[in-house]
Amino acid sequence: MRPHTLHVLVENRAGVLSRVAGLFSRRGFNIESLAVGTCEEPGMSRMTIVVLGDDARIEQVKKQLNKLIDVIKVSDITEQSTVDRELALIKVAAEPGEGRAEVMQVAGIFRAQIIDVGPKSVILLVAGDSEKIDALERLLRQYGIKEFVRTGKIALMRGMKGGR
Amino acid sequence: MKTGARLLVEGLQREGVETIFGYPGGAVLPIYDELYDAPLRHVLVRHEQAAAHAADGYARASGKTGVCLATSGPGACNLVTGIATAYMDSVPLVAVTGQVPTTMLGNDAFQESDITGITFPITKHNYLVKEAAEIGQVVRDAFFIAGTGRQGPVLIDLPKDVMTTQVEHVPEVREARLRGYQPTYEGHPRQVERAVALIREAERPLLYIGGGVVASGAAVEVLALAELTAVPVASTLMGLGAVPCDHPLSLGMIGMHGTEAANFAVTECDLLIAVGVRFDDRVTGRVEAFAPNAAVIHIDIDPAEIGKNKPVDVPIVGDAKLVLRAITAKLARQERGDGWLSRVRRWQEEGAGAAGTADGLSPAAVIRQMNALLDENAIVVSEVGQNQMWTAQHYCFRRPRTWITSGGLGTMGYGFPASMGAQFACPDETVALVAGDGSFQMNIQELGTVVEYDLPVKVVILNNLYLGMVRQWQELFYDRRYSYTELRPVDFVGIAKAYGVEGMRVENPDEVGPALEAAFDAEGAFVLDVRIEREANVFPMVPAGAAINEMIGRRGG
Ligand SMILES: Cc1ncc(C[n+]2csc(CCOP(=O)(O)OP(=O)(O)O)c2C)c(N)n1
Repeated sequence: MRPHTLHVLVENRAGVLSRVAGLFSRRGFNIESLAVGTCEEPGMSRMTIVVLGDDARIEQVKKQLNKLIDVIKVSDITEQSTVDRELALIKVAAEPGEGRAEVMQVAGIFRAQIIDVGPKSVILLVAGDSEKIDALERLLRQYGIKEFVRTGKIALMRGMKGGR
Repeated sequence: MKTGARLLVEGLQREGVETIFGYPGGAVLPIYDELYDAPLRHVLVRHEQAAAHAADGYARASGKTGVCLATSGPGACNLVTGIATAYMDSVPLVAVTGQVPTTMLGNDAFQESDITGITFPITKHNYLVKEAAEIGQVVRDAFFIAGTGRQGPVLIDLPKDVMTTQVEHVPEVREARLRGYQPTYEGHPRQVERAVALIREAERPLLYIGGGVVASGAAVEVLALAELTAVPVASTLMGLGAVPCDHPLSLGMIGMHGTEAANFAVTECDLLIAVGVRFDDRVTGRVEAFAPNAAVIHIDIDPAEIGKNKPVDVPIVGDAKLVLRAITAKLARQERGDGWLSRVRRWQEEGAGAAGTADGLSPAAVIRQMNALLDENAIVVSEVGQNQMWTAQHYCFRRPRTWITSGGLGTMGYGFPASMGAQFACPDETVALVAGDGSFQMNIQELGTVVEYDLPVKVVILNNLYLGMVRQWQELFYDRRYSYTELRPVDFVGIAKAYGVEGMRVENPDEVGPALEAAFDAEGAFVLDVRIEREANVFPMVPAGAAINEMIGRRGG
């Protein structure tokens, strides 16, 4: 069992997301992360899906995904050289004063941006791989995390073979 | 200017549809208004589930895509079991449903159900059409998807306002070309080469064939390969008829209720040539013990089936017919050292003893007499349960598409409406249904349809006053505690008469032959209520989870 990262190129149509997500749940796969958006091809979207499983099960999921009429291409980019990022927004308790200064310092180390400042909290924006975001989350927990959202991973293959 | 409903009906005609099975309601009234004078035959069933099963039976008998139609909400939901049945057996079907107007979608309006959501997991694809102008293309694409590759059901959901919208510029319908759907038909040459080498070298090869052979029309090719290279053939429930049951190389059915010859052969073979099968658990038993010492060649049009349940040495994605032709073309006539074939023949002989016990009216005897009376083109349909397995075991199917049964889903209530569909597809052939008293009561209301359309379907109820197959499991695995499986006697002949169908009850073994003759000779539909021995069992049987060769109740014991 290890995380696999799949790129799924789909027709940009109503219902595609639930078809794909439904396929995973129906066959007992847990999606670790899923991010969707339009891509370089007009009328298509690219999903980046991270899913845990042994190789045989992942092979089966890829084949099942390929059977969906709205799925145009499935690529397993786990073994490829990729760049991947997640985005997170973190609202941290930070009263003006020392606490806030510390939070801002931590943010600086992680190259997170402060994108909002309220009377008792600040919102940080951070981009990076999953481990970096996990680490930042762990550090900020001591100050009190009020709300936390992350996008799920998006990834691209490096170099010439990128894209389709 | 054309309405959406008009475009639908024209689309169906363009696809060559002649018969559709349906049931009206508010949300499909615009379509029914179009059907009023369309050159299409609409068959009014008595329950939407029967519309789906009938369209399915029509498809299996004819090889064409079946079509059913239902209204929104309850009508659409009543199709679900039929759609799922077709999905599990890869039957080409297009289901059209009405939907509440687009302005009310998602509001829990009267008779709204999210039928595309409900049928995601049981359709090959489905459509919720929001623009009337798209209908023509959607119909084209739906038939293309349903009828090609691994066939299956496609649903088209049409909101009522989409049916009534006037389309000013009707777009031309182009050939279906779908970026995400390109089935592979030709087998990969290198894999074909590897398969050929394995077949040449094998000492104990076995062909294991299934519904995919029937679907691709590859029966001739299977037999050609088998005869050329002297390979015995075991068939799944769904593959029966592809190879004539009385052919010397035919081992009959494999699996839970398969023959000794088929189940022993698969255990001992050194090469398994699997064609159009999916290694279903009802076939394999404990999968590690299925063909444990064999190299496996798997030919299937659906890549997802290959290696799904059992590791495969030579995967060949493609159409069974084309792949088998490619393989056979590279092979010369081959004799097999007589060791293997004579072993197989010995199992065949040992297993051929008469099934059934001495006293009472034996179900096997009924099926065998049916077999004696019907010709090889007759279409035999079954319900689900013991009746289905007895038919599969004791009827000698000789041609593809003459055996129609719900294999993958095992749907009680399937057989009767499916036999109506088959009779519409093949009006000149005898269509005989073998039913259980339980299953028949699941869609018994279709007696009304049979009468209305003069369908001469012959119904043979193997009546044991039990939900027999479940009772058998209770007998064998639950200490004979027959919990809710006894059925009270029903006057089936009386019910048939009430609908206007002839019928007869049979209680003695010597009445069976004459009664069957009377039924088959009758002009119209006929219901035979045959009171079989109450606790007859289906044997041999591989208990669930056991190895395929661990059969109980061999030779009728
Ligand atoms: C719709 C549906 N419900 C329940 C079952 C479970 N089931 C399988 S066989 C069977 C008994 C069938 O009884 P009957 O139709 O009388 O046939 P017999 O086995 O006696 O030939 C049942 C209840 C099923 N297959 N389908």
